[in-house]
Amino acid sequence: MIELRHISKSFASRKVLNDISLGFEQGKCNLIIGESGSGKTVLAKCMVGLLKVDTGEVLYDQRNFTRMNFFEKKIIRQEMGVLFQGGALFDSMTVEENIIFPLSMFTEKTVEEKVDRAQFCLQRVNLTNASKLYPSELSGGMKKRVAIARAIAVSPRYLICDEPNSGLDPITSIVIDELIKEITYEYNITTIVITHDMNSVLEIGDNIAFLYKGDILWKGNKEQILHAGKKELVDFVYATKFLREFRKRVIE
Amino acid sequence: MNLLFHLGKYFILIKRVFRKPEKYSIYRRQLLIEINSLGIGSLGIVSIISVFMGAVITIQSSFNFTSAWIPIYAVGLATRQGIILEFAPTIISLILAGKVGSNIASEIGTMRVTEQIDALEVMGINPAGYLIMPKIIASMIINPFLITISMFLGIFGGWLFGIITGVVSSYEYIYGIQYQFRPFSVYYALIKTIVFAFIITSVSAYHGYYTNGGALEVGRSSTKAVVYSNILILVFNFLLTQLLMA
Ligand SMILES: Nc1ncnc2c1ncn2[C@@H]1O[C@H](COP(=O)(O)OP(=O)(O)OP(=O)(O)O)[C@@H](O)[C@H]1O
Ligand SMILES: [Mg+2]
Repeated sequence: MIELRHISKSFASRKVLNDISLGFEQGKCNLIIGESGSGKTVLAKCMVGLLKVDTGEVLYDQRNFTRMNFFEKKIIRQEMGVLFQGGALFDSMTVEENIIFPLSMFTEKTVEEKVDRAQFCLQRVNLTNASKLYPSELSGGMKKRVAIARAIAVSPRYLICDEPNSGLDPITSIVIDELIKEITYEYNITTIVITHDMNSVLEIGDNIAFLYKGDILWKGNKEQILHAGKKELVDFVYATKFLREFRKRVIE
Repeated sequence: MNLLFHLGKYFILIKRVFRKPEKYSIYRRQLLIEINSLGIGSLGIVSIISVFMGAVITIQSSFNFTSAWIPIYAVGLATRQGIILEFAPTIISLILAGKVGSNIASEIGTMRVTEQIDALEVMGINPAGYLIMPKIIASMIINPFLITISMFLGIFGGWLFGIITGVVSSYEYIYGIQYQFRPFSVYYALIKTIVFAFIITSVSAYHGYYTNGGALEVGRSSTKAVVYSNILILVFNFLLTQLLMA
């Protein structure tokens, strides 16, 4: 369970997040959706402490992360798997080394066990022949998948993914969605997925929060989202003219 | 005001760099990698420059010592003093600041703008420590060796080109380089080198670490790293000379 209490964040004079309070349940896929520039990534970075919040607090299972010092934060961070929007792979390391790195830092596993773990994670993201390549030799979608493999390799208690399937083809997207869902249920972890892909929303959205210009305008789940009446959300969900027509005929 | 701001931020970073490592074995491995890339990787350029520097000092001094009162072996003496006291420690450090400093700043700067440093941080690793500490320690270990090699090669270059050009005989040159030799001058040079090594790596890492923006800013950081390392080397050269030679 991750809790956000009254989070606000501005850059210079521009307010990006406006008093956000949200809870993310354990064992569920919690989604944050919203259009580009609405503040999703900023919110995620505030959550993991990469950006300092102006006001508010973040709690990880009742532990107040915002108030912690550097060393206490480090301990919580070892329980996190974070996927950055840009992947953020270490480009001096091969794919396999990228995945093994956090394991070497924090576990006493043997080399063999670590390689096995890396292979296992790579298999789960449908990427098996790339372990000896460097990030510069990968395509955008492959990088993303390696980054996901790295985030799940440490068996995190909290999984935070910033747009896990942007830049992936529809088939691989579904594989990744399935994977996130499986891991979340199997290990009963708290998962937060940031996305603006409606397919994912309808596939894995146990809890959905709609972020609009720094405010949470709507909360619900994947069954409710298609019937929601909020104008900004309707515009987001039914983005094309065709879908808007469809909504008029079928839902209203 | 600006200077104080950077100074404060610099010392905060240095404090973070020397926090307890998460795992010694990984830092040790990193240290070896850095010794190899910062040290061994600079051997070529240091050697070439040293030989020619020695040659030029020898030839220049022989041209300028025209008085009959100055013995010819003074050419060897001048070369030795020049190389050991200033040319090897200071000039080579300035050159390393250009090579190693820009390298460090752009490497760390790129990691900053591509969020690799953020990724380290959210893994629960201290990025400043992991990325910077091995570099600082590696260069403080390896630069004294580079400078020692530079001293030998500089003096050798003076001898070689002195003989080739005929400005000094081998016997007189060797007599000159042994004349009233004080081992302290070598310690003095090595102390300076270690201080300069710390300046080069920490100042460059500082500029890389606080890069803000994209590829353009990485380039800017790397230029700043070289400029500020050079200025600080010269300032500290002055201070250390006052301190150690007084
Ligand atoms: N470091 C920063 N300095 C100043 N402004 C920033 C910074 N980071 C983000 N912003 C601003 O905050 C707003 C929200 O950005 P954010 O990256 O959170 O968007 P997003 O919802 O993740 O969009 P996308 O779906 O395109 O990734 C943007 O208007 C952006 O300009
Ligand atoms: Mg984003």
